[in-house]
Amino acid sequence: MAANEEAVKYVWEGAIPLQIHLHKSEVASHPAPPPALVLAPRIGYLPLLVSLIKPYFKDSLPPGEDSIWFDYKGVPLKWYIPTGVLFDLLCAEPERPWNLTIHFRGYPSNVLIPCEGEDSAKWNFVNSLKEAAYIINGNCKNVMNMSQSDQEDLWTSVMNGDLDAYTRLLPKLKMGNIEDKFSRKADLSSPKSRQGGTEIDVTEQVVKTARIPVRLYVRSVNKDFENLEDVPEIDTWDEISYLNRPVEFLREKGKCYFTLRDAIESLLPEYSGDRAQTSGEEEADGSQETRGEIKLVRIQGIELKLDIPFSWVVNNLMNPEFYLHISVLVIGPQR
Amino acid sequence: MDSAGEVVNDGKITLEGFTVAARAFADKWKRHNLSFPPWSWVPLINRTMLKKEEGYLSLEKIIILSSLEGSAEEESLDVTADWSEKEESIDHTVLVQNEEDEAHYYDYHIVYSASYMVPMLYFRGYSSDGKPLSLDVIKRDLPSSSVSLLLESKWTFITQEEHPYLNRPWFKLHPCGTEEWIKLLSESSSSDGCQIPVELYLVSWFSVVGQVVGLKIPREMLI
Repeated sequence: MAANEEAVKYVWEGAIPLQIHLHKSEVASHPAPPPALVLAPRIGYLPLLVSLIKPYFKDSLPPGEDSIWFDYKGVPLKWYIPTGVLFDLLCAEPERPWNLTIHFRGYPSNVLIPCEGEDSAKWNFVNSLKEAAYIINGNCKNVMNMSQSDQEDLWTSVMNGDLDAYTRLLPKLKMGNIEDKFSRKADLSSPKSRQGGTEIDVTEQVVKTARIPVRLYVRSVNKDFENLEDVPEIDTWDEISYLNRPVEFLREKGKCYFTLRDAIESLLPEYSGDRAQTSGEEEADGSQETRGEIKLVRIQGIELKLDIPFSWVVNNLMNPEFYLHISVLVIGPQR
Repeated sequence: MDSAGEVVNDGKITLEGFTVAARAFADKWKRHNLSFPPWSWVPLINRTMLKKEEGYLSLEKIIILSSLEGSAEEESLDVTADWSEKEESIDHTVLVQNEEDEAHYYDYHIVYSASYMVPMLYFRGYSSDGKPLSLDVIKRDLPSSSVSLLLESKWTFITQEEHPYLNRPWFKLHPCGTEEWIKLLSESSSSDGCQIPVELYLVSWFSVVGQVVGLKIPREMLI
């Protein structure tokens, strides 16, 4: 199903209210500054908010150079993950406003890759875009061939949450058409496929495996729960499995009932409904593992029903760098 | 994909192919590269795909002696010579050094990239107190030929990124163009233009990539 303008606008306008506290070890003024209240775009990144936040705290900071990072309940936040994804993943029960702590000193470089503000966020965005392009088109020529100024403008449109500017720039990006991957046959006469498809082999579109850029974040808990507020807090990133892997599926002519469930199960076969057939292997002590269960799937803050066609999800809910970020909460397999 | 298509003709490899190639690479290394410790296969436990195992190759605690002045490249090659001369079993964490030399330890992981369908080399360096080495320091440990290669080439460059599985910053050698030079290797290695058999894929790949980080493989591995 094609992208719905209204849905895409909804995604771009999505934002998370943040309440940012200065870490107590860095409060050098009395009284301590109150927290900063900031509305963070879901498709944006934390380093882009620093210019909004810093004025609240600059008078309270101890002397020295800034090296800025954020934490949520002691867990350092990975700045290159879109803010909305961090929220969906780390807050089982959505917390509004979301209370984060900002640090201007003591960057945990043993766990976080360095961040030099906006430049790092931009580099990360362009790199992800190249990787997505490679997955969709089989090469990243379309990104490499974009002029520096067009690339700049594309990034700026994302930074500013300017969907109109982004949409105007998309044709310059010449990203292969994702819709065609789901359609019944390559439609040569449609202007859309011509625009995106000059470099794509038509037979490839019709016959081969389609690949969709997906980043899957899996949080596993040990026990079942009634309510989301009963899900324990996260202590470290080691509790989360990150899968940066394209969803692949064979395009069958005339059919595409590939659902979100199909997509997730292709990446997490241990949660597949068919597991009963293949997991006949018993443990050494004769007991059998019960399969794990997918409790929650969140994309752009929406808890999705798994029967939704994957094509709709991709076309409407992907991020500007053409990646679909999926947060999953599962009950791990029990022994 | 059928097993005959494990190494796709355009220089890329599938996940299944990578697992096979990794085992073959580790075996050959063990047999022919006695001056180094063996690679180990690290399975990804929480992501075992039913019957298909996923994982990566790991070679850790490789010591590069670095003198505080002068070039490091001769030193790094000397390390390997020392190893093969010793009769006793190798304790990979023990180091022979004089007071002027500072020991740098390196870990290397060969990880499969599902996006680019090629292997990627991740590495990190640290001193004996565990403190990570910066890229500038690491570059001084690399052979001078690869430093100029890195600076001048569009293909190979090193960036600091998060290790795909370990939640820590590592350095990564960029894969740009990997499938192109693997294709070139396979075309030149046999007259009938056959593709590289999956068992030799990683060996071929490493014969190029390893050189960038100063790890050479003996010719016998390429057979």
